[in-house]
Amino acid sequence: MKHPLQSLLLGCALVVLAACGTVPLRESGSAVQLRGTGDLGLVIERASGHVTLVNTSSREAYARIGGLGDLSHASVVYSRDARYAYVFGRDGGLTKLDLLEARIVKRVMQSGNAIGGSISQDGRIVVAQNYTPGGIKAFDADTLELLSEVPAEYAPGKFSKVVGLADVPGNKFAYALFDGGEIWVSDFSDPKKPVTQRFQAGQQPYDGLVTPNGRHYLAGLFGEDGIALLDLWQPGKGSRKILEKYGRGEEKLPVFKMPHLRGWSVAAGRAWLPAIGRHEVLVADATTWKETGRVAVRGQPVFVMASPDGRQIWVNFAFPDNGWVQVIDTLTGQVVQTLQPGKAVLHMEFTPRGEAVWISARDDNRVLIYDTRTFRQLGSLPAEAPSGIFFTSRAARIGF
Amino acid sequence: MSTRRRPIVVVLTLLLAGSAVVALAEPTPARQKELIHLVRQDCGSCHGMTLQGGLGPALLPATLAEKPAESLVATIIGGRPGTAMPPWHRFLGEDDAQWIVARLMEGFPK
Ligand code: HEC
Repeated sequence: MKHPLQSLLLGCALVVLAACGTVPLRESGSAVQLRGTGDLGLVIERASGHVTLVNTSSREAYARIGGLGDLSHASVVYSRDARYAYVFGRDGGLTKLDLLEARIVKRVMQSGNAIGGSISQDGRIVVAQNYTPGGIKAFDADTLELLSEVPAEYAPGKFSKVVGLADVPGNKFAYALFDGGEIWVSDFSDPKKPVTQRFQAGQQPYDGLVTPNGRHYLAGLFGEDGIALLDLWQPGKGSRKILEKYGRGEEKLPVFKMPHLRGWSVAAGRAWLPAIGRHEVLVADATTWKETGRVAVRGQPVFVMASPDGRQIWVNFAFPDNGWVQVIDTLTGQVVQTLQPGKAVLHMEFTPRGEAVWISARDDNRVLIYDTRTFRQLGSLPAEAPSGIFFTSRAARIGF
Repeated sequence: MSTRRRPIVVVLTLLLAGSAVVALAEPTPARQKELIHLVRQDCGSCHGMTLQGGLGPALLPATLAEKPAESLVATIIGGRPGTAMPPWHRFLGEDDAQWIVARLMEGFPK
């Protein structure tokens, strides 16, 4: 066992670390400074399999770690103590990182083709969602040992790609089957013997989200106009469709990148969701789930993200409009700002209380930091083909 | 990436579907660089940056070997209605798509 002090970050070593990349922080004999992780996070550098560790208070990078495999579609969840990051790579790699020691703790190859993961309510189980072979796999959050798996076999011999995995209360996970057209909820109360419930969703669910209170699971549908909604408090009622026929029979515009859904989309009592094949954000009342409006935007929305206070919605777009970002004021339902932060904007992440937003511009090899009140750029960091940005504030959220 | 609108290309594709591919001029080296970036990054968002598949199928020499090049070109230009594969004719000419397919079939450059 290591002495706990050995694991603590030395504030003064941050600068050094930034320069020397993956060198883990070890005891240096000098004064040890205690450190929390609440203002830390990481940026995925998709082309090179690196992550850059960042500090949102100083707005600086403090370390860079390589050897994470194919991160071209990576996502990250945090342990409940917000010290460890679990990085799910496209190649099926699952890597556990220590943000304080800035090093890889453990890495396993869990499948051939993965797209993301989630962590259980009690923090003990990390679950990966896989395209091939389609299904989910549960791992011990400490050791990354495989505990169990649920193959997404929706009909005999037919396996579906799994999308939209999100943790829900009760050590359960909800997810959707792209090929199977269903929503599944697996209960990992006994982590080695998950019990799964199945619900009809609709044609080609492409992603899903859990509302911030953990009550509703929404699966966006690609193959039809509408969103499948499951009330997890009353699963007996089954799932139903909301925002049906939002396309009004009009021809769909081509979708050059699939939108992403995550649990930020509820703000000011309404859900803000990307339309498919329309340059619109759809707005539904989060109690009745009836459409209350829509907001015309610059392109096909990819991320539609509410600020932590729910006052703003930030939207980025699919190719070829991926140089733009728009901000919707949730009070008026109007676009109040249009920005061009850089080339190929892939992701946005708010600081824990939302005074700033970090935006990755892949083709500019930069992460831009904006003030959410003045829309002024506060700073920027270099990163190689940056994609996802993930702050530790996710550790405490349901549905991540 | 420049936006190229070429209505003629669409017509050409329709004519081409089912018939033999007419060899078109190779894209310029600068254009080839753009195409490599587009395929890895923007096609990659569905097919994977390493083209090993994602929401869309793998686009590797082994997976494409049995498929006629002209139908793959037509898929790129016109998309596949009813699936998530969008039409790229606003951004890619016939020559671009042919070049992409030829490169995919031999192993796509980095
Ligand atoms: C939004 C997702 C998406 C994007 C972006 C995308 N594709 Fe596709 N593509 C698909 C899907 C899904 C299929 C499978 C369609 C089907 O089921 O027949 C496909 C099929 C194909 C095929 C046929 C493969 C075969 O085995 O028959 C080719 C070739 C192809 N895509 C090339 C491209 C190229 C080149 C680009 C970029 C210029 C691209 N795709 C961008 C989703 C996408």
